Amino acid sequence: MDPQPPKSTGQNRRDFLRQGFRGAALLGMGGLVGALSWRSSAETTRWQIDPQKCVRCGQCATACVLEHSAVRCAHAQAMCGYCELCTGYFEPDPNDLNTGAENQLCPTAAIRRRFVEDPYFEYTIDEALCIGCARCVEGCNRFGNGSLYLQVRHEICVNCNECAIARVCPGDAFLRVPVSRPYISKQIAH
Amino acid sequence: MLVRGWLICLCLGLGPLAVAEPRFPPPDFETEYQIPEEQYAPARALWVEYLDVAVLLGALGLASWFVARRRSRKAVLGLSLFSLLYFGFFKAGCVCAIGSVQNVALALFNPTYAIPLTVLVFFVAPLAVALFFGRTFCAAVCPHGALQDLILVKPVNVPRWLAQGLGVIPYLYLGLGVWFAATGGAFVICRYDPFVGIFRFSGSLTMMLVGALFVVTGLFVGRPYCRFLCPYGVLLKLAAKVSRWRVRITPDICTQCQLCEHSCPFGAIREPVVTRRDPRELARERRRFAALLALVPVLMLAGGWLGARFSGVAAQFHPVVELAELYLRHQTNPPSTPLPAVDALAYARAERDADALLANAVATRRQFNYGGWIFGAFAGLVVGAKLARYSIQPRRTDFEPDRGACYACARCFEYCPQERVRLGTWPAGEPIPGIAIPPSQGALSRKGTV
Repeated sequence: MDPQPPKSTGQNRRDFLRQGFRGAALLGMGGLVGALSWRSSAETTRWQIDPQKCVRCGQCATACVLEHSAVRCAHAQAMCGYCELCTGYFEPDPNDLNTGAENQLCPTAAIRRRFVEDPYFEYTIDEALCIGCARCVEGCNRFGNGSLYLQVRHEICVNCNECAIARVCPGDAFLRVPVSRPYISKQIAH
Repeated sequence: MLVRGWLICLCLGLGPLAVAEPRFPPPDFETEYQIPEEQYAPARALWVEYLDVAVLLGALGLASWFVARRRSRKAVLGLSLFSLLYFGFFKAGCVCAIGSVQNVALALFNPTYAIPLTVLVFFVAPLAVALFFGRTFCAAVCPHGALQDLILVKPVNVPRWLAQGLGVIPYLYLGLGVWFAATGGAFVICRYDPFVGIFRFSGSLTMMLVGALFVVTGLFVGRPYCRFLCPYGVLLKLAAKVSRWRVRITPDICTQCQLCEHSCPFGAIREPVVTRRDPRELARERRRFAALLALVPVLMLAGGWLGARFSGVAAQFHPVVELAELYLRHQTNPPSTPLPAVDALAYARAERDADALLANAVATRRQFNYGGWIFGAFAGLVVGAKLARYSIQPRRTDFEPDRGACYACARCFEYCPQERVRLGTWPAGEPIPGIAIPPSQGALSRKGTV
């Protein structure tokens, strides 16, 4: 075997330091994972609106990073009063109680109004049209049962690390929820 | 009917907003009508979330193998294209390792925030790989890196002094990001990310403009975000500096032919240092190094003081402090015009529990103050260490990439004649440029065994 030239001591010292730092970094990372996994969640999180805290400011429609916001109106039908004069559907002081565009509160006509039986009407949200502006939610909550409310739709939401709507929400209504229970639906208070 | 509806509205509608009892009791239908159930798209299964982690780990492993063993630029390019499509366009940029720094900081300082395990893996795994193989994450897994790597058409050389100067920015950006995330104020790194808007084909105007600026710059300057802004790159760089194995241009022996000298578009290749400094200058050099080392604590202290001075301004970006300031402004000096609608809603929330809000704001301000000291000291340490570093003479006998600055993109490999001999693409009979190597060493003799 050929005699190997002796390595310079400097190189050995640097390798030794490098090894030391590498070991320290691995230890530190192990410690970090250990400390954080103690209170980490196995589940990832999603952004959602707490309907009880929502103040219907209308920024969900405009602040989302998506051009067509991931926030849409949801309807807890079991809470709905099926009112003929739905304050979530009609402008204040409407000309007439029909589906004319001039009577509707919704800027995109995303609420479908269907006669059920006298004097009840069913209201359903067309989510493809809804822009999450919360005008109907405001009307329904201020004067009605509050069965209309906003929710982040997770098949649309890109789940930004920092939600752009949460950042500007004046009601502080956005929160991270576990992915297995990603919706906060409204219930009737018993 | 109309009148009755409005009457009920008048009676009930102005009551408290929280609905204890429904104002209009749900009707008992006489017809067959069934109240429809609420429809939600089903929640995503957890395994889909873990799939991202599996793809990340797989891509990291493949990238390291492509760089260290296969030594194939084509394979790295293919993998980076996949990563760009998967982590970039398909996953729409979130979650990413760069942003995960903030989640980790928030989790460390805010006990109420439970960090998802997937995010933790996105933070740790690329760093752990960098400790062994260098920055293979940057090479082919990070969608930001992949995008910039693919659009680089005409690389221009950034002068060394400029690159070194701008190289301080990522450290400061990392410190700033951690400062804001730890205090719960904002995820700055995500908010001002230049490329996420491109991955989503939508975003705010500033985001798209900054993205376009980086893309245009990236056509001529190699990886401008990675080199001069990426905060996660700082951690990767530190990890790669002590990596177990390094990216080597030559598969075995460097003949100092200098063919690879300008092959790196990111200015990561360092030439051999052959000349020793004059021994008579050594004492002076040592004194300068000692003085610079002594300067570090001074810089840290000054930085900390400066950081604390600016913490008041920084705290105003925190939503709690912002609202408390709005409330106090309104209390002491009520404006003549009504507040904008959104502010009025926030103000109403502040009024409901003003004391708690103010106490919270004071606590947040104090946290920002501590954070300012730490951030400033960190900035001072970075500047001091950067200065002191130039007094350490590197020892290199070969042309080799700087461990920390190398993105492991594998571009330089094929510039090396030894590599081409290994691959069998070197013209037969053509002498190897550079210094002659003993026939017992080098790729020529080992060909077939590598």
